[in-house]
Amino acid sequence: MTLTEKLLARAADRTRVEPGETVLARVDVLMTHDVCGPGTIGVFKREFGADARVWDADRIVIIPDHYIFTTDLLANRNVDVLRAFVKEQGIRYFYDVVDDGSAWRFDPARGPLHAQYGRQYAGVCHIALPERGHTRPGEILLGTDSHTCTAGAFGQFATGIGNTDAAFVLGTGRILLRVPVTRRFRLTGALQPGVMAKDLILHIIGEIGFDGATYQALEFDGDGVPGLTMEDRMTIANMAIECGGKNGVFAADDVTRAFVDARMRKHGTTRPYECLTADPGAAYYSEMTIDLSTLEPTVARHPDPGNRARAADCGGIRLDRAYIGSCTGGKLSDFAAFAAVVRDRTVAINTFGVPATPQIVRQLQIRTLGGRTLWDILLAAGVRMTENAGCAACLGGPADTFGRLNEPLHCISTTNRNFPGRMGHSEGRVYLASPFTVAASALTGRITDPRDFLGADALVAVAMEDAA
Amino acid sequence: MNARKPTRIRGPVYVVGDNIDTDQIIPAEHLALVPTNPAEYRRLGSLALCGLPHSAYPERLVAPGAETTRYPIILAGRNFGCGSSREHAPIALGAAGVVAVVAESYARIFFRNCIATGELYPAETAERLCERFRTGDEVELNLEAYELRPAAGAPVRLGPLGEAARVVAAGGLFAYARATGLVPTRKETS
Repeated sequence: MTLTEKLLARAADRTRVEPGETVLARVDVLMTHDVCGPGTIGVFKREFGADARVWDADRIVIIPDHYIFTTDLLANRNVDVLRAFVKEQGIRYFYDVVDDGSAWRFDPARGPLHAQYGRQYAGVCHIALPERGHTRPGEILLGTDSHTCTAGAFGQFATGIGNTDAAFVLGTGRILLRVPVTRRFRLTGALQPGVMAKDLILHIIGEIGFDGATYQALEFDGDGVPGLTMEDRMTIANMAIECGGKNGVFAADDVTRAFVDARMRKHGTTRPYECLTADPGAAYYSEMTIDLSTLEPTVARHPDPGNRARAADCGGIRLDRAYIGSCTGGKLSDFAAFAAVVRDRTVAINTFGVPATPQIVRQLQIRTLGGRTLWDILLAAGVRMTENAGCAACLGGPADTFGRLNEPLHCISTTNRNFPGRMGHSEGRVYLASPFTVAASALTGRITDPRDFLGADALVAVAMEDAA
Repeated sequence: MNARKPTRIRGPVYVVGDNIDTDQIIPAEHLALVPTNPAEYRRLGSLALCGLPHSAYPERLVAPGAETTRYPIILAGRNFGCGSSREHAPIALGAAGVVAVVAESYARIFFRNCIATGELYPAETAERLCERFRTGDEVELNLEAYELRPAAGAPVRLGPLGEAARVVAAGGLFAYARATGLVPTRKETS
C-alpha cells in the first residue's frame, strides 16, 4: 500500500484498502476557522439538535485567522459565534484573538501595522497547527479549508472538507473518504542557491497541469527529502490542492519527529503517534523523478497556478505590487529569504509583508542577519510589514483588508493561488513565485530571476528552523 | 435550502469556460455570510458567480437587484469549482436557483460539497459544451436518462452520477445518512 492507503486503512481499522473504495474513517483532529466555522456549527445544530454535544471536545481545533483585522461587522460577528460555541462545548484548543474572551473589534484608528491581538492568538491555521503541536504522523487531520493538505508534510493524511462534512465529523468523529490513487514524486539531489521549495511545487503543477492530480494523492520521497526542512515540506504539501490533489504527503523521518516532539512538549498536545511508511511494493498511479538541482526560479503566471514559466523568461512582465505572506509563503524561512535579497536595497513598487503567525512576527524581530533584525531589514527596504499576522490579502477578503488589490493591479506574490479576482479585484493579475523571486521582482518592478539580480553566492537559502 | 431537487429541468443555460474557481463563484469578500442563516443564504444566492470578470462575462448569472437567476442550468468546461473548500460556492449557486451544472470535470472538494449539501447536481459530460452552446439557449436536462436535449441538434450524453444523484435527490449528506443508518434520526428540538 502507498502511504496514503496505509493512513486511511489505519483510520478505518482495516488491514488493507484499495483505491476507489469508500471507507468510514476515524478523525484525529478537526480544524475550523472564522470563515467556515459558523456555517459548520449551523449545520451541526440543525442536524444533531440545539443541545447536541461534539464527539470529542479535545480533538477540535478552532483558529480565527481569515478576517480578523477588519471592521466588517459580519466578519467580527463570526468570531463571536466561534467563542459562544467553544464555551458551550468546552472545546480545549481555541486560539482566540484576545485573551479575555470578550467581544473584540478591530480598531482602525490604531492603524493596520501594529499588533491588535492577545497572547493566545495563533494566526494562519495551517502554520499554527504545527506550531501548536496539533500535527502528528499517522493521524487523520481534516479542516474546513482547502490548504489543510499542508499537514501532509508531517506524515499524516490531511485534506480540506466543506461545512456539511465537517458538521458530520463534529457529531460522529468519522467521515466517509474515498481512497485515492497515489502519484509518486521521487525527489533527488538538492536545490541550488536561489531556488526554493516553492519553485519545486510550481514546477510540478506546471508539469502535470493544475487539474492534473484531481482526486489523487501526491506522495513525495527519495534521497532529496532529508535535505528539505519542515517548512520546505509544508510549502510543497500546501499546494497539492493547486493541482487538484486530495492530499500531499511525506513519510515522517528524524526531521519530522524532532519538529513534532518539541512542539507537542511545549504546548501540551502530547499523544502517542505512529510513523507509517509506504510498502516497498506499493502500486502507484504514476511515478516521476525530479532532480532538485535542475530546478530554476519558477513563476505561475496569471490566471492559474499551472501557468508555469521560468522567472528568467518573464522579464517583460511589469508589476505594480509585491506581496509576501500566507500559509504557503509567510513562514519564518520565507521572510528570511526575502530579507536576504532586499537587505541594503529599496523596493521599487508597493510591497506588503504579512507574517503567518504571531510567533513568526516575534522571531523576525529577534533573529538577525548581518547585525540587524530581519524585521528592521524588511522595514528599511521599504516593505510595509504588519504585525497583524493572518491570511490578509491572499484571498482578497473585506475591502479594508491589509494589502488587498482594490484596483486592477499586477501583483507578484508568495501566496498559492492566482485565479482571477483572488486577491480582491476581478481584473487584477497575480503571479506566484518564491520569496527570493518576489523579493528580486519587488526591487526591479518587473518579474526578475533572483540569481541574475544578485549573483548566486548571495542566495544560499536562509534555512531557519525555529527551535520551538 | 436542502430541498429535494428535481431530476428533470427545462430552461435556458448559462455558459462559462474552463477553470471557474470558487473565488469567481463567490468572492472571498462575501464569505463572512453564514449559509445556515436564511437571510444570508438568500444574499449568497444573489451574489452567485459575481466574481466572473465582467470583460469576459458581461451578462450576469443573477440580474442586478434580483435574488435568483433565470438560468437553472450552468454549462461549463473543465475543472469547475477549483480552489477553496468553501461550501459557500455550491450553496450560492443552489440558493440562486441553479439546479445543475454540466461540466467536463470538477474539482474534488466542490463536487463533494454539491453532494453533501444537496444544493445542486454536478453532472459530467465528455463533450465540450462551452463552445457549442450560448447563454440563453433553451435545453431540457434529464438526469435519470443521463441526457441533455437542446432545442435543435443532437442530444448530449451525461455520465451517470450513481449514488451521488441519490444523495442530492434525498436533500444532501444528512438526509441520506439517516436513511442509511449512518447517523441517528434527527432529535426534535423546541
